[in-house]
Amino acid sequence: MPATSDAVVMRGVTFGYDRSRALLKGIDMTIPRGKVVAIMGGSGCGKTTLLRLIGGQLRAQSGQVTVDGQEVSTLDRDGLFVLRRKIGMLFQFGALFTDLTVFENVAFPIREHTDLPEALIHDLVVMKLQAVGLRGAATLLPAELSGGMARRVALARAVALDPMLVLYDEPFAGLDPISLGVVGQLIRELNDALGSTSIVVTHDVYESLKIVDYLYFVSEGRIIAQGTPDEVRNSPDPFVRQFVDGASDGPVPFHYPAAPYADEFVARVA
Amino acid sequence: MPMSSSPVLPDALGRGFRRIGAGTINAFARIGFATRFFVAVLLQTPAAFLRLRLTLREIYFAGVLSLVVIMVSGLFVGMVLGLQGFDTLNRYGAGDSLGIFVGLSLVRELGPVVAGLLFASRAGSAITAEIGLMKTTEQLSAMEMMAVDPLARIVAPRFWGGVISMPLLAALFSVMGVFGAYLVGVRLIGVDNGTFWGNMQAGIDFWPDVTNGIIKSIVFGVAVSLIAVFEGYDAKPTAEGVSSATTRTVVGGSLAILALDFVLTVFMFRGIGE
Repeated sequence: MPATSDAVVMRGVTFGYDRSRALLKGIDMTIPRGKVVAIMGGSGCGKTTLLRLIGGQLRAQSGQVTVDGQEVSTLDRDGLFVLRRKIGMLFQFGALFTDLTVFENVAFPIREHTDLPEALIHDLVVMKLQAVGLRGAATLLPAELSGGMARRVALARAVALDPMLVLYDEPFAGLDPISLGVVGQLIRELNDALGSTSIVVTHDVYESLKIVDYLYFVSEGRIIAQGTPDEVRNSPDPFVRQFVDGASDGPVPFHYPAAPYADEFVARVA
Repeated sequence: MPMSSSPVLPDALGRGFRRIGAGTINAFARIGFATRFFVAVLLQTPAAFLRLRLTLREIYFAGVLSLVVIMVSGLFVGMVLGLQGFDTLNRYGAGDSLGIFVGLSLVRELGPVVAGLLFASRAGSAITAEIGLMKTTEQLSAMEMMAVDPLARIVAPRFWGGVISMPLLAALFSVMGVFGAYLVGVRLIGVDNGTFWGNMQAGIDFWPDVTNGIIKSIVFGVAVSLIAVFEGYDAKPTAEGVSSATTRTVVGGSLAILALDFVLTVFMFRGIGE
């Protein structure tokens, strides 16, 4: 029986979208309950894929993904759906239902999974919207919201059923500095208020360092560094330094792999 | 001849064969996927009817909002049939048979087929674009992550909304067509009112004329709705992907209607030459 004190445990997880090229190569990761953990890495390094493996939208080619004590790859569709009721997910651009109002978007998971009376659903949704500061926007449609507001509505929807685990896919992407701070703060506060566990996939190192308990750095399919925010700030690791300092070249090369530069010209002359 | 220069022809041939092979395999894989998808949607039928509100909403979008184009088209097709039909029939001194000519053409063929073609371009394209865009904006993924099956919540109500709307639209098309022919034939040209309606009543039987039309429109409704939801669900999640999926719905849906119409008509008129 896996240790149930951990919300998510990954052991030797390997995955690739095509068989010939592995995107993730033997990932080991432990996410303790009640913590906010960031998974960081450059674009295309497989961060979002990790979230999809945890949510069971993808299956690992080898290794184990255990969520709340259950091995995800052994679950059938019904088992997955039972597990997912305990998981909330914030998608990169919110993924709000465009034909429903803000209120109905937040009410959606409650209506789908409970038989609560309308009055109680109303109260629950109002409380969630109040928590993200958008009670006044309840009647608006998603098209009438700014990017930051949409992200906050999606956050309210993700925690509508008080999940034990919340997955955040790039929650800071494309937000102005004020919205960025607001969303970051909300992730921390909601996590602590609900007693849930949060996994934040992001490349925004500054915002993450402010709110998370622990960070994993992923590059080329492997975890290459990990630690608390203080350890990360003081890390001598060249990859972590490049990431924290935002240097354009370093262990993560500026150039996409290519033949030597000179060859491009020599070949044409010849 | 050196060995190195000989593989040129086999290489080109090989590429050609590989392309044909890959295309064939892809086509079969897609048909297989579409069939499994159809079965999966049918299995979600109870979900679509237990939550009737969802299906009624889709009947409104696919059916009610198509009313204008269907009724106006029906009226004009009927008026043209009235003119053309009378002109042709009158050459043989059969102008009085306009009622039965128009009625049979509409109920047996033009009603289901033209309404089906209009339905594919008006409602089918809208269904594909909506589901495709929901996929592109991760709304379907979000639903899956909320432990809600998009096939039950999104696809099945749209499929059944289309299947239910289509025969009703075809019937309305035929009614408007008959009315258009009446306006032109009786009111404009001066065919006798009683003869027009009397011939129609005497010459058209509920079984098989009307029922055959109804069967056709139900089959077209299933075909177009299935193609529309499948193309949307299977669309590449990009702007270009949704646009080509919408095109495939209109083209594929229209061709499916015309092909199915021929097959169904062959069955319905079997033994006609004996």
